[in-house]
Amino acid sequence: MSGEAENRLAGTVAATMKINQQTVSWLQVAPLAVVLVIFFGIPMIFVAAVSFFDYARWQMIPTFIFDNYVELFESNLTLRLYLTAIKYTAIVWAITFVVGFTVAYFLVFHVRSLTLKIGLFLVCTVPFWTSNIIRMISWIPFLGRHGVFNSALMDLGIVQEPLSFLLFSDFAVIIAYVHLNTLFMIVPIFNSMARIDPGILEAAHDAGASRWRVITDVVLPLSKTGIALGSIFIITLVMGDFFVVKIMSGGQSATVVSALSTEISSLQYPPAAASAVVLVVIVALMVAAILRLVDVRRELTG
Amino acid sequence: MSKGRKRNGQITRRRLLKAAATGTGLAIGSGLVRGFPTIWAQNIKDVKLVQVGGSYSAIIDIGRQASKDLGFQVEMQTADHDALMNRLVNEPKTIDIADTEFFAQYYMVGRNIIQPIPVGKYKWWDKTVPIFTKGEYPDGRKVSAQGTLPYKVQYLESRDAKAFAKQPTELLSGIPTVYNADTLGIRPDLIKRPIEHWSELLNPEFKGKTAIVAVPSIGIMDAAMAIESRGDLKYGDKGNMTKAEIDKTIGILIDAKKAGQFRAFWSTFDESVNLMASGEVVLQSMWSPAVTAVRSRNIDCYYVPLKEGYRGWGSCVAPMAHLSGLKLDCAFEYLNWYNSGWQGGFIAKQGYYSSVPENAKKFLTADEWDYWYEGKPAKADIMDPYGHLMEKAGRTRDGGSFWQRMGNIACWNTIMDEDRYMVRKWNEFVSA
Repeated sequence: MSGEAENRLAGTVAATMKINQQTVSWLQVAPLAVVLVIFFGIPMIFVAAVSFFDYARWQMIPTFIFDNYVELFESNLTLRLYLTAIKYTAIVWAITFVVGFTVAYFLVFHVRSLTLKIGLFLVCTVPFWTSNIIRMISWIPFLGRHGVFNSALMDLGIVQEPLSFLLFSDFAVIIAYVHLNTLFMIVPIFNSMARIDPGILEAAHDAGASRWRVITDVVLPLSKTGIALGSIFIITLVMGDFFVVKIMSGGQSATVVSALSTEISSLQYPPAAASAVVLVVIVALMVAAILRLVDVRRELTG
Repeated sequence: MSKGRKRNGQITRRRLLKAAATGTGLAIGSGLVRGFPTIWAQNIKDVKLVQVGGSYSAIIDIGRQASKDLGFQVEMQTADHDALMNRLVNEPKTIDIADTEFFAQYYMVGRNIIQPIPVGKYKWWDKTVPIFTKGEYPDGRKVSAQGTLPYKVQYLESRDAKAFAKQPTELLSGIPTVYNADTLGIRPDLIKRPIEHWSELLNPEFKGKTAIVAVPSIGIMDAAMAIESRGDLKYGDKGNMTKAEIDKTIGILIDAKKAGQFRAFWSTFDESVNLMASGEVVLQSMWSPAVTAVRSRNIDCYYVPLKEGYRGWGSCVAPMAHLSGLKLDCAFEYLNWYNSGWQGGFIAKQGYYSSVPENAKKFLTADEWDYWYEGKPAKADIMDPYGHLMEKAGRTRDGGSFWQRMGNIACWNTIMDEDRYMVRKWNEFVSA
């Protein structure tokens, strides 16, 4: 009798504990969940709903039609816009990856003093003390036909005519993206590398590995979480941008979001909404693919 | 659409006093519009009218002066075209006075967003420029009806009419306020030869040194002016192209873009100023105050009159549908104040025209009037409304007098029936 009671009591306690643990977990995710639902989930549902509306001039007509999606998928324009966006993303990703990896590697493995390490890391963030727009726009007088760089080249006699491709071109767009976004690659890679036991590197050296092999076979695999996180930042930032493209290409190049923003400013919300839904799905797929390659969760907890 | 830069400067007291002194009409003028016997000063002091419009029109100083002259409060809020349209439709109660370009009337007609103004409530209608009242010039010539000629959307048969009246009626859809004639801006010092036709926008001589505005509905019209001038295409109505015309226009633009004709497509006032001032571009679409802004940096810039004419635009104000009683009376009184001269004098000094020029004249010096409206050389330095130097003495207004400029409008800012198709094609052009 008493034994049974004890058992039952223990069971209840255990159950209570379990509930408590569950409650705690729920409470832990609650703030982020609430933020995501209110600021992403609900608006996204509205956007998805509007994407099936019809429209005429500025008026939205609530119906359920697939025309916006049909128009989107039938148009060559969509493909071209995505190709442009993906081209920018790929090039910017490659450059920021090389720069980010190199800088992080230098900071983690070459700088011995912790103070200097932190100091140099802070230096990387200096550009972020001014606004994004200022950092981008300051390239314009620098790269223009009569800009600082062209004047210098002409004064040095390297070129006779100013180089036009420097500004309002793909070149300018990529420079601005790299400048704006490299830090998002440096930080996660730095974070991953900092967790590598230096002993492993020494062991590889002792086993006769060249410096290059240490990087490719040891450092690179061990920092793949950081690389994955950095890549997610870069891809979402570049795929979702239109402002940098607009300003730096002089309005002569467009990505998915540029077209979307033209539609919005012409008060054509339903096709813009359809375009937004497709973009979210595609970016989500890209992120999913990265997460599939690298189990970020395991790497972070492990 | 920002046609003017938002100005935060304050009017200097001196300018104000000077304006008051020169315009003896101030006291008389405001006395006149105060004459509504139904409105009691103690009631109206709590009334507040919110006007929402573009930054070039809903100017804070105008609201301040109106509040002072009228005894009730007028608050100015600025919004871009799309944001404004959105608010007019979705939150009409947050607006009392709609301040839109005329083509926005196509959106608003028959939807009970604004209420028409009975001609009898507005005292300046017979003094209004005939472009608005009759769609004619004073000599009886018809004004070009390509695009949204204000006259086409000016009159209504009844408050809930679904379309605009073809003939003048007793109901106005809005009161005309600011308007202007737009053309290309050029750098004469870099071009070094006369520019007389819109076709120069597509002339390979300026390859890589031209730009157009990135607002599709306006950019395509500037392009159409150039294409028609070059002789590639004769449009039925540049302001309302057919799908075939849109295809051809965009096709020509894409070819030009691929050949490297354009340096940029600008979307803000500042961008257009910088492109021109830096010399990246020598010939482009521009707003009139942007030309002045380039000149204020001591760089030569010219708002060039072209043989084919100008692209015109105009704005109007109207009380919102939800206004009634005392507030509506105040709104009508405000509309009468609006074109009674002070506002016309103010915007004249930014290069825009008033729909009742003879009232605006009372608030300009003789020299200012001669410069802005008569196209005569300025005897003294020309100042902007805030007292800053705008043009040096001796200069003549680009394009000349009011009628030389407004008398030669080829088409008007508009929204096309095929707008949806056009925006899609425009996106193709930008991404090509």
